[in-house]
Amino acid sequence: MSPVVQGIITIILGVGGCAAYFYASNLVLDKVIFPPRNDDHGRNINRANIVRPWLFVAPAIFFLGLYLVYPVVGSFFRSLYNRSGNTFIGLGNYTQMFSEEGFRVALFNNILWVIFVPASATFLGLLVAQLTDRLKWGNIAKSLIFMPMAISFVGASLIWKFVYANNPDIGIINAVRDFFGLNPIDVLQIPFWNNFFIMFILVWIQTGFAMVILSAALRGIPEETIEAAIIDGANPFQIFFKIKIPQIAPTIVVVWTTITILVLKVFDIVYAMTGGNFDTEILPSYMMDYMFRDDGRATAVAFVIMIIVTPVMVWNIVQARREMR
Amino acid sequence: MANLKLTDVEKTYGGTVQVLRDINLDIKKGELIVFVGPSGCGKSTLLRMIAGLEKITGGTLEIDGQMVNDVPPAQRGIAMVFQSYALYPHMTVRDNMSFALKIAKKSKQEIEDSVNRAAKMLQLEPYLDRLPKALSGGQRQRVAIGRSIVRDPKVYLFDEPLSNLDAALRVATRIEIAQLKESMPDSTMIYVTHDQVEAMTLATRIVVLANKGIAQVGSPLELYETPNSEFVAQFIGSPAMNLLPGEIVETGETTVVKMDGGGTARSNIATKPEDKGLKVNVGVRPEDFVESDGDYIYEGTVDITEALGEVTLLYFEAHDGDPVIGKLQGIHQGLRGNKVKMTADPGRVHLFHDGTSLLYR
Ligand SMILES: Nc1ncnc2c1ncn2[C@@H]1O[C@H](COP(=O)(O)OP(=O)(O)O)[C@@H](O)[C@H]1O
Ligand SMILES: [Mg+2]
Repeated sequence: MSPVVQGIITIILGVGGCAAYFYASNLVLDKVIFPPRNDDHGRNINRANIVRPWLFVAPAIFFLGLYLVYPVVGSFFRSLYNRSGNTFIGLGNYTQMFSEEGFRVALFNNILWVIFVPASATFLGLLVAQLTDRLKWGNIAKSLIFMPMAISFVGASLIWKFVYANNPDIGIINAVRDFFGLNPIDVLQIPFWNNFFIMFILVWIQTGFAMVILSAALRGIPEETIEAAIIDGANPFQIFFKIKIPQIAPTIVVVWTTITILVLKVFDIVYAMTGGNFDTEILPSYMMDYMFRDDGRATAVAFVIMIIVTPVMVWNIVQARREMR
Repeated sequence: MANLKLTDVEKTYGGTVQVLRDINLDIKKGELIVFVGPSGCGKSTLLRMIAGLEKITGGTLEIDGQMVNDVPPAQRGIAMVFQSYALYPHMTVRDNMSFALKIAKKSKQEIEDSVNRAAKMLQLEPYLDRLPKALSGGQRQRVAIGRSIVRDPKVYLFDEPLSNLDAALRVATRIEIAQLKESMPDSTMIYVTHDQVEAMTLATRIVVLANKGIAQVGSPLELYETPNSEFVAQFIGSPAMNLLPGEIVETGETTVVKMDGGGTARSNIATKPEDKGLKVNVGVRPEDFVESDGDYIYEGTVDITEALGEVTLLYFEAHDGDPVIGKLQGIHQGLRGNKVKMTADPGRVHLFHDGTSLLYR
């Protein structure tokens, strides 16, 4: 069977299955469980309507439970066992991990990532959103800046490998150095700062995301509040920082935390750029390193990452909700 | 404090769409000028040009004898109250009111004094630490006004400030604005509205805008008693003035018009002998109509009556266009379906030819 036919059949079965589920389950609810008959007429309609939302969310709850909650709990227990999974070693994986230099480097680098990437991407996104707002060619500029969003992390890493390449005929950084008569350097091997060259790739990708969301938020600010500020004598900087930014603050927080969560999941960029060498490891790539060897430490790393992500995510959801109101 | 002078002001959008032209206006210090006109006639545009939010594409604007076409809004000595209030949503009432003063780097003490004075004047003291979203419509409106007052501007600009309020609050706030004006006799105010009751009650002078320009400028009573055109005549006063076609048959100090509908109208508007035979529209306000047994200007069958207590409105059967309306003092019952003759005092009968009043030829 050709993949196209397979795809079409899958879509038909999937969509049809969903439709059938909703139709059948509602039918059963209305006709069999709470039939609007006899004395219980009104009461049964009300009861059916209380149950109905659950029919709609039930599949989602089931699959989220299966693919999210169960793995989380499962991983936690696994992280308490040794590699072969038969000996309970308590927090052994954790103590082992924290005592290791590699983990501490990864944790430190990850903190750098969590601070630098969301801050830069949000700041640049906001800057671009504001600067392109009234330009005729603003939309073209925005499209260009948004484009990296469409590239996979590995693809983007490959592009930047060329940009950072050691050979002055390939890498632009070394081409510039060459022009000034300096020797080529491999920026990915400069201790500490190499992290920032790698982080910049993610900033490059995420600026587009921040820009699109913040641009919409800026457009949503009532024009009259800005005019009132003009009449009140505010200059463009004051208008931006005292009138506009506070009004889109909830959106900024949502963008910031969304990127933070993403940062805590990225491993492919580091993997493709340095493979974690030259002290550029971050937690997800560190986890990947241990996934298929050594002890049962990978699940412990995963757990540490989750514990770091959770508060950010909670804050993100709270802010997003507040903004919706 | 300030007088405002507009000379040949015009506004064109994008080089082609002309919205306003030939605006000439001299506004004296302490006046409360009201711009009225139908929706979309350019009232807001004119106000925004005075504020400096909209570029003046032709003519000059002077404030206190100084041309300010290119002076930024904050330095024109104006303050504006927007239709939507435009309060800064993230600032408390106090911060909203102090924002301009902080920008102007006034001292802490000075800011606090001004804000407290304005808050007291507008009864906003209990709300100073609230955010705008925790205020009612009327309170927000007062904050918007307070924000202008603290700046102590030469000219206040209001763009339909009451249109977002409900009817009862609108009347109350209108009175408050009138009192505010009285307490600041030196301030010049320009007030935009499409509501002619607001215009009549607040204005020292009304500017009627229509057709991209000024239709007439004058005190409320001037506009009411001696409108220069059918447009102004029908715009000011509610219900609108009745216009009835006829032909001049006698000229002189008193003009006599033979109505197309059969009656005869007399008007104290003087005409010249050569006006004899001129086709005119006779204008009579509903409230000037009185019932008559003899001579009449209009005769018609009463279609609907509305008894409002102090007056009764009579809507006559319309043959074409708007119905003729009469407003009689007191209660008149049982007129519905009857043929009624109406006449009016010659001093209150207006004559228009080609849309313009014969008074203003
Ligand atoms: N930016 C613009 N470009 C073109 N026409 C405009 C623009 N802004 C307003 N107008 C037009 O100017 C006219 C006057 O608008 P406005 O001053 O808001 O009217 P009003 O306040 O009397 O209701 C309207 O016909 C409107 O369509
Ligand atoms: Mg308007």
